[in-house]
Amino acid sequence: MLDTRGHAGVVAYEPSELVVTARCGTPLAELERLLVEHGQMLAFEPPHFGPGATVGGCVAAGLSGPRRASTGAVRDFVLGVRVLDGRGRELSFGGRVMKNVAGYDVARFLAGSMGTLALLLEVSLKVLPRPPAERSLRLEMDETSALEAMNRWGCEPLPISATAWAAGVLTVRLSGAQAAVRAAAAKIGGEPLAEDEARRFWEAVREQTDPFFSGDAPLWRLSVPSVASPIALAGRQLIEWGGALRWWKTAAPAAEVRAAAAKAGGHATLFRAAEKSGGAFAPLSPELEKLHRALKKVFDPAGILGPGRMYPEF
Amino acid sequence: MGEAVPRLDAARQREVVRALRAFLPERALLWREEDTRPYECDGLTAYRALPMVVALPETEAQVERILRTCSAMQVPVVPRGAGTGLSGGALPRPDAVLLSMAKFMRIRRLDPKARIAVVEPGVRNLAISEAAASWGLYYAPDPSSQIACTIGGNVAENSGGVHCLKYGLTVHNVLALRGFTMAGEPIALGSEALDSPGYDLLALAIGSEGLLVVVTEVTVKLLPKPQAARVVMASFDDVEKAGEAVAAVIAAGIVPAGLEMMDRPATRAAEDFVHAGYDTEAAAILLCEADGTPEEVEEEIARIEAVLKGAGATRLTVSRDEAERLRFWSGRKAAFPAVGRISPDYYCMDGTIPRKKLGEVLRFIGELEKKYGLRCPNVFHAGDGNLHPLILYDANDPEELRRTEQFAAEVLEKCVEVGGTITGEHGVGVEKIDQMCVQFGAEELETFHAIKRAFDPQGLLNPGKAVPTLARCAEYGRMHVRGGALPHPELPRF
Repeated sequence: MLDTRGHAGVVAYEPSELVVTARCGTPLAELERLLVEHGQMLAFEPPHFGPGATVGGCVAAGLSGPRRASTGAVRDFVLGVRVLDGRGRELSFGGRVMKNVAGYDVARFLAGSMGTLALLLEVSLKVLPRPPAERSLRLEMDETSALEAMNRWGCEPLPISATAWAAGVLTVRLSGAQAAVRAAAAKIGGEPLAEDEARRFWEAVREQTDPFFSGDAPLWRLSVPSVASPIALAGRQLIEWGGALRWWKTAAPAAEVRAAAAKAGGHATLFRAAEKSGGAFAPLSPELEKLHRALKKVFDPAGILGPGRMYPEF
Repeated sequence: MGEAVPRLDAARQREVVRALRAFLPERALLWREEDTRPYECDGLTAYRALPMVVALPETEAQVERILRTCSAMQVPVVPRGAGTGLSGGALPRPDAVLLSMAKFMRIRRLDPKARIAVVEPGVRNLAISEAAASWGLYYAPDPSSQIACTIGGNVAENSGGVHCLKYGLTVHNVLALRGFTMAGEPIALGSEALDSPGYDLLALAIGSEGLLVVVTEVTVKLLPKPQAARVVMASFDDVEKAGEAVAAVIAAGIVPAGLEMMDRPATRAAEDFVHAGYDTEAAAILLCEADGTPEEVEEEIARIEAVLKGAGATRLTVSRDEAERLRFWSGRKAAFPAVGRISPDYYCMDGTIPRKKLGEVLRFIGELEKKYGLRCPNVFHAGDGNLHPLILYDANDPEELRRTEQFAAEVLEKCVEVGGTITGEHGVGVEKIDQMCVQFGAEELETFHAIKRAFDPQGLLNPGKAVPTLARCAEYGRMHVRGGALPHPELPRF
């Protein structure tokens, strides 16, 4: 176990450049506080899953929060990294500028690789200004209507920054210019949430502290096209990302969940469960598995970085 | 230039033509010089070479067989889209098959509800937006060459455009790719969902300059077209003031849909060419666009005007209607051809710098203009720090070309020195391969080569582009040195 928390601190931050560079052990909360002071944010709204979350962990895990469908994922905001590969070589890829196509885009490629390819030492992230206005609305709707509505709104230039549907209630967050939020709220309708209540709600969805996530049943994450028809499994469901992310608390067998996700055009990850011996991640096609093995060898020939963390084979 | 240039071997050519003719129709194969000559260069016309054979496959099965055949015969393959690239990424080799994807021009599926289009790589960038327009959707990345460049080429180069600060690059707007590895093995990356299991190979493939995979299908994201857009045109009497105005806009929490800057020589060339209504007396002009709902645009335009005024703009004009907005942009979009009219040739650079270094870099370019006796107008994707200095020269004068290349090399190395990069969106290709030695150390370059081998162990797909060999860097003599220690001291240095 290599604890990276000692390697902490923001190395560079220029709000007018929209770029922040931080060491891997920097607490995510500390970085976010700094950005708030300058009216900016990590637009992918990463989950923390506890007070100890670090910047390096955030990028390595590659997890994005409620804003993902409208603004982008972690990898979309990674501009550069400094890493140690499995041989202990210190390497730099990408940089601190918005546009950079020199060499393969290794910095983005490493986002979400779970530390199995390299140890992130430092990351440079694109940041965005916080929206001037935000409003959340609540509408009663069944699953089919909610999916239909979210996809219909997605075709219109509305400032939707998050959606969540569970148990017959759809919550929609609007973020942007005052005028745009006002106009969109009038169009969408529903009951407005008080500012505090809205903030608590989206935080609970992001951090999985919402009551939906409680209970012993395994938590599955199904990433599917937003237009995929309702998925029928035994258990409870929470839909995010305009229909593109479907959380299931279900005891259904892994094979059934994976088959349902595949039929919908996506894949399933066993996100939280007491028993993960069947593997958390969706199996890869033989061609992709071969490439994964080859790339693992490029970065970590001895196989010492997180062996078996993503797939038992490498 | 470093590695020995291979020559066209007639016997080898006959052998390769015979092998490809076994499954390709006659119209899909060119090898006579009069037929291959049009393919001798891409948008970087300073570099030319005749391909051994040009293959124009029409089906994925044909692409697969071409790759399998070339792999078996050890023949390199150079993929090519529309040939508009500016870094020589599609420069042919006399020992290689040039694989033109021009016949893959179908939009296979456009799903307005899912907001995606599944297209073949030879579809033009603008054609996607045109096809999506009736549903109020469009494909966001808009490189200046968008009327001609293809989506396959955009994927290879990770192309940007004037709206990418707000809407991202190709990598942010492509959901999935299908294609083949050099060995002819089918490969599918990404999906119509927002993420896929395993490593993010899509991020690696996009911008890989045709070195890792041959793409035969691209799934792109479509966005709802903003209802309204207006652009502010601002004049400044000083280039650095214009640069500070850009920082002030960003610092005010505004992410403009587009934020472009042109210096006086570029403005004058564009104005003479398209009569966009530019202020030709200004030291620099800024174009700053807001888009969204009409209410949102009004709100943002007012804020932009206030910030630019505060930053010392000497003149502000806001587009009154769509025709005027397009006219303001026409000069910027035509800046390259406009410069082409005032000089026999021009050499377009593509460095990205931290915005705050703009003044320093422009001053440096001004000094180089004197040093090399060459003019250099500048257009600048100011929002994302991507600078396009255009060195004016005459290609018929070899001495002038040599000076131009040295001028360009100095500018790119300056970009690295101030914390930027040698290429923001045009790619490395053959053009900037030596500057890669300045931007990266030996271990990063070795990692790039190892990644290449993971996809293409024989090194046959677009070889010699994008990533220099360490020997080449040693010869170039400007190896990135870390901590004072020269990497690979065993290599000969010239």
